Amino acid sequence: MSTTLSIADVERIAALAHLELTDAEKTLFTKQLADVLAYAEQVQQIDTTGVPATAQVHGAEGHERADEPVPSLSTADMLANAPDGAPEVGLFRVPRVIGG
Amino acid sequence: MTVTALTATEIRDAVTDGQVSATEVCRAFLDRAQALNPQLNAFTLIDADRALDAAGRVDAQRASGTPLGPLAGVPIALKDNLCVRGMRTTAASRILDTFVPPYTATAVMKLEAAGAIVLGKTNCDEFAMGSSTENSAYGPTKNPWALDRTPGGSSGGSAAAVAAHCAPLALGSDTGGSIRQPGSFCGVVGLKPTYGRVSRYGLLAFASSLDQIGPFSRRVRDAALTLTAIAGSDGADATTVATSVPEFTSALTGDVRGVRVGVPRAFVSEGVDEEVRLAFERALDTLARAGAVIVDIDLPHARAAIPVYYLICTAEASSNLARYDGVKYGFRATLGRTDGLKAMYNRTRDEGFGAEVKRRIMLGTYVLSAGYYDAFYLKAQQVRTLLRRDFDRAFEGADVIAMPTSPIPPFRLGEKTEDPLQMYLADVFTVSANLAGLPGISVPCGFTGAKLPIGLQLMGRMFDEATMLRTADAFERATSWHTESPSL
Repeated sequence: MSTTLSIADVERIAALAHLELTDAEKTLFTKQLADVLAYAEQVQQIDTTGVPATAQVHGAEGHERADEPVPSLSTADMLANAPDGAPEVGLFRVPRVIGG
Repeated sequence: MTVTALTATEIRDAVTDGQVSATEVCRAFLDRAQALNPQLNAFTLIDADRALDAAGRVDAQRASGTPLGPLAGVPIALKDNLCVRGMRTTAASRILDTFVPPYTATAVMKLEAAGAIVLGKTNCDEFAMGSSTENSAYGPTKNPWALDRTPGGSSGGSAAAVAAHCAPLALGSDTGGSIRQPGSFCGVVGLKPTYGRVSRYGLLAFASSLDQIGPFSRRVRDAALTLTAIAGSDGADATTVATSVPEFTSALTGDVRGVRVGVPRAFVSEGVDEEVRLAFERALDTLARAGAVIVDIDLPHARAAIPVYYLICTAEASSNLARYDGVKYGFRATLGRTDGLKAMYNRTRDEGFGAEVKRRIMLGTYVLSAGYYDAFYLKAQQVRTLLRRDFDRAFEGADVIAMPTSPIPPFRLGEKTEDPLQMYLADVFTVSANLAGLPGISVPCGFTGAKLPIGLQLMGRMFDEATMLRTADAFERATSWHTESPSL
């Protein structure tokens, strides 16, 4: 396959990635992402028949800890960095969700 | 005694013996860091009050006769993607410009428990994405050896701080070379431990199957000392491995007779700057004279490591950075009256992230999206397996592997910022260690004619940092590059 990208492709990816790009960014990224993807296509020439994927390297199983309560951060700590926190009720405030 | 010229081990010994107080040491480094930072932009934050408080506690501990830790009174600078409770942590991103973490990274807690004194936070590429520290919301760091050059990246501020004697130690993070390459560019030691050796709890995640925390220092011994302090399993990071942690300094015997040093001749024969190539060949001669045996190895898939790395790290980044949404922490864009949640997410992320971070999120989103997953992401993970098998075979005939750290010496600020692909290609010799989970280290091995540092990279088997450190230390003993410092 050969990768070509259009502005519409970049807009589709930006929507998936929750990025509101400017027109200048869309134009720039269309070229730059196509360049990188064209370079990355070389991996498709390598024969990987029957080769398992590596998602992590040391094969260690995820370990479980004992199911015992341990101290955790307070609600006040967790809300301290929120741009629009509502510490009096212990919530994060966000703009309108429905129709947003 | 010029305190700031001392190594970490020398400082620890001098403080422990009472030749100098931790407070005097701390003041000397704070003064130098504050004096040089306007030139270098190595620090994003210097917290003198917190540092002097901590130094005062070490002095009080000594006065009361309490035994001191292995890093007693040693100042350390932290890359600004490591969380410290109450200390602003930005990852050099506008989106975290106001973030004050409510908790401290495990590696930092361990360092402080060992007596180290945190001086502040160092500049880096935004979310550790870059090879030059130019992708910082706070401006680039300058290379102390040549102020018109980059210090490398992404941990460029940490490397520059150590090279300029603003700190005897620093921590960085290495996802594709971000400790080793700036170590090379700044003429200092940069150590990336084995994946799973050091807890990443409290490290702002970039690519979770690749990220690892490690130290910068001016001597291999100091890096070994620091690794011993920060290594070990941690219930808060499930990827840490419960392998015993040796006292790494005891591996530094100076004896490398019979150690087999593998050189991937075909891989390192192309695209390497001539001065770098000569320094690398001289380094191999030095190791051979010390008794090491230089052997040829083959890494047939190493050429594919750059595309594999950039496919995998961007995919992981696109997922990890989804958490920056203007709700829980950091920056939120100004909204119009009719804007809803989705507009808030999208505008916050566009205004909060810099160009390289957005490029990588876009690339990662693309390679994970329907129709492209198999051709790009899955394929990259399969080639990653082939690369790991290359290393398994190579380590049957070699105990460590040697390569240049970077194919080129430090480049000029602005030289590669217009062409992301050219910047990515500079990582050709470092990304393999991350993909295979191996430990790697860069040690000074020479200078160009223009007095720009060159680094030798050594890689070891998984969890065999000891042999790698022993070889690096023996090389250091046989050379004097590490004794040179930039004139500032």
